[in-house]
Amino acid sequence: MAPTSVEPLVFYAAATAVVLGALAVVFLPRIIHAALSLVLFFVGIGVVFILLHAEFVAVAQIIIYAGAITVLVLFAVMLTQRSQSPESNPFNLQRGAAALVAGATFVALLPALLSLRGAPVPGPSQDLTPELGKAMLGQWVLPFEIASVLLLAAMIGAIVIAKER
Amino acid sequence: MSEVGLTHYLVLSAIVFTIGLYGALGKRNAVVILMSIELMFNAVNVAFVAVSRYLPPAAGAPLNLGGQVFALFVITVAAAEASVALAIILAIYRLRKTVSIDDINLMKW
Repeated sequence: MAPTSVEPLVFYAAATAVVLGALAVVFLPRIIHAALSLVLFFVGIGVVFILLHAEFVAVAQIIIYAGAITVLVLFAVMLTQRSQSPESNPFNLQRGAAALVAGATFVALLPALLSLRGAPVPGPSQDLTPELGKAMLGQWVLPFEIASVLLLAAMIGAIVIAKER
Repeated sequence: MSEVGLTHYLVLSAIVFTIGLYGALGKRNAVVILMSIELMFNAVNVAFVAVSRYLPPAAGAPLNLGGQVFALFVITVAAAEASVALAIILAIYRLRKTVSIDDINLMKW
C-alpha cells in the first residue's frame, strides 16, 4: 500500500475532504448542494478505508454510498422540494439544544477514543479480500444470511410504502 | 505530521459523528436529517475499520477482519434504512405536502 512518507499527506487530504463534505451537508443553504456534497464526503471516506487496508469496504463504500444512496437522496429531494429556493435547508427550532447535545457527545467521546492505544501492526502482505470473503461465509454466515433477508424486506417495504394508493 | 495512527482515525470519526448528530437534531428537512444519519453511519464505519487495522490480531491471522465485516453489515443496514426512510418521506409528502419535521407532529405528545 502507500509508503509511509505519503500516508500522512493522503490522510490529511482525505480527512479535510470528509470534514468539509460533512459540514457542507449540514450548513449549505440549498438542499441540492447539500445532497451533492455527500459525494465528496463518501469518496473521502472511501480514501480513508483504502489507507486502512480495507480495499473491499472502500469499493463497497463508493458503489453503495457515493453511487446508490446519493442518487436515492437526490430523487427524494427532487420529488419533495417544490421550489429551488435558497432557503431549502433550514435549521429547526431546537438548533441551540442540538449544538449543545452534539458538543457534549463529542466531549464525552473524546477521552474514551484517546484512551484506546493502537499497536503498530505491520500492514498485511497479501490481498485481504479473499480472507474477508471466507470470514463472511464462515464465521459470520448467519448475519450474512439475515442481512439478505433484511434487504429483501426493505425492498418490498419501500415499494409498498411509496406506492400510490 | 509524522505518523498516522489509530488516534487520528478515531478523532476524525468523532468529529464527523458530532457534525452528523448536530445535523440530525438541528435540521428541519427530513431528507437532510436522513443525510446526517448517513454521516453518523460513516463515522462509525471509520472507527470500526480503524480499530480492525490497528488492534493486534489473533495469532496466525493477518489482520482483525471483524471490524471490516461489521462495517460491511453497517453499509447493508444503512442501505435498507435509507430506502425505507425515503419511501416514508415520500408517503408523508404525498399526504401532508411537506417534509418539514416542525409540521409533522401528529404523534407528538
